[in-house]
Amino acid sequence: MERNIKFYFKLFTSTFYLSAFTFGGGFVIIPLMRKKFVHEYKWIDEREMMDLTAIAQASPGAIAVNASILVGYRLAGVFGAMISILGTVLPPLIILSIISVAYTAFRDSLIVKYILRGMQAGVAAVILDVVISMLIDLFKERKALPIMVMIGAFVATFILKVNVIVIILASGLIGAVSMYSSKNVNKSGRIK
Amino acid sequence: MIYLKLFWSFFQIGLCSIGGGYAAMPLIQNQVVDIHGWLSMSEFADVITISQMTPGPIAINSAAFVGTRIAGILGAIVATIGCVFPSCIIVLSLAYIYYKYRELSTVQGVLNGLRPAVIAMIASAGLSLVILALWNGKGVSGKIGNIDFLSVAIFAVAIFILRKWKVNPIMVMIGAGVIGLCVYPFIR
Repeated sequence: MERNIKFYFKLFTSTFYLSAFTFGGGFVIIPLMRKKFVHEYKWIDEREMMDLTAIAQASPGAIAVNASILVGYRLAGVFGAMISILGTVLPPLIILSIISVAYTAFRDSLIVKYILRGMQAGVAAVILDVVISMLIDLFKERKALPIMVMIGAFVATFILKVNVIVIILASGLIGAVSMYSSKNVNKSGRIK
Repeated sequence: MIYLKLFWSFFQIGLCSIGGGYAAMPLIQNQVVDIHGWLSMSEFADVITISQMTPGPIAINSAAFVGTRIAGILGAIVATIGCVFPSCIIVLSLAYIYYKYRELSTVQGVLNGLRPAVIAMIASAGLSLVILALWNGKGVSGKIGNIDFLSVAIFAVAIFILRKWKVNPIMVMIGAGVIGLCVYPFIR
């Protein structure tokens, strides 16, 4: 992939476009990015996208911003990260700056309310679709530990409302310990 | 100087909000309402409402809103830069470490543990959104009357289209919004 003006323009427009549709919380950008960068452009593979999601979640700041910094960096280094941040922050910056002038009219608008009610159901479907795909991949591997970690982490987040940092640290630790106890690691510390 | 104050306030918000938008809310309130008095509490509540109605992270939305109100477009830009600055430094450092060391077995192990946890966290966020959409924000209850049947229909059709034809999610979202606009006014 050539890093020319055309590439940077494509990176900027795609992050701008995705950010403009990130309704309903930062995690919504993950399925959108997955569709665009993993499936459509094939710039990043599926596992790497999951790793980047984990890093984005564990870092301070908004998940959407963090995820685009990571994608930009992965594709074109620090300059790429700058381009994708710009693409990601511009839509909310522009929209909110305009709305701040006449926000009560926007807040009370019935048209906006109806569109958003409909979109909410659409967003829920989009994110659930990704979850289904990810779960199918997870269960296809037929390994007990990742499935147990997934179920444990789900109960911890959804039911017990445990802080995400605790979940990330615990699951990372479980992964590291299980890697050490498995045999296919040689002395240099690299996987055979 | 107001620009410096805006930058510093939102820098702290960006640095301290770990774990998504709802974690950032009390921090934003503390800086914007309690410490600087840039917004009243009811204006702050409006910003949260508007954030839920517009795309983008709550912290960035607040930065843009407060910045514009206090010091115009330049204020909005400065506040937004302050907000993403800590993320930039920290995330870029982590990205550097990830790409340098990801072949190491320990890092591989950590990542193997994180992947299922990421699925769980996305599933949890997704399920919350499904509940919000289908019960119209009133929470799960046994009462059939609280279920928003148009939302259920949009949701069911959307998930079917997404699974069957792998269509662009953004098209699904736009389509759902258009249906909402065309049908909700007639079913109140």
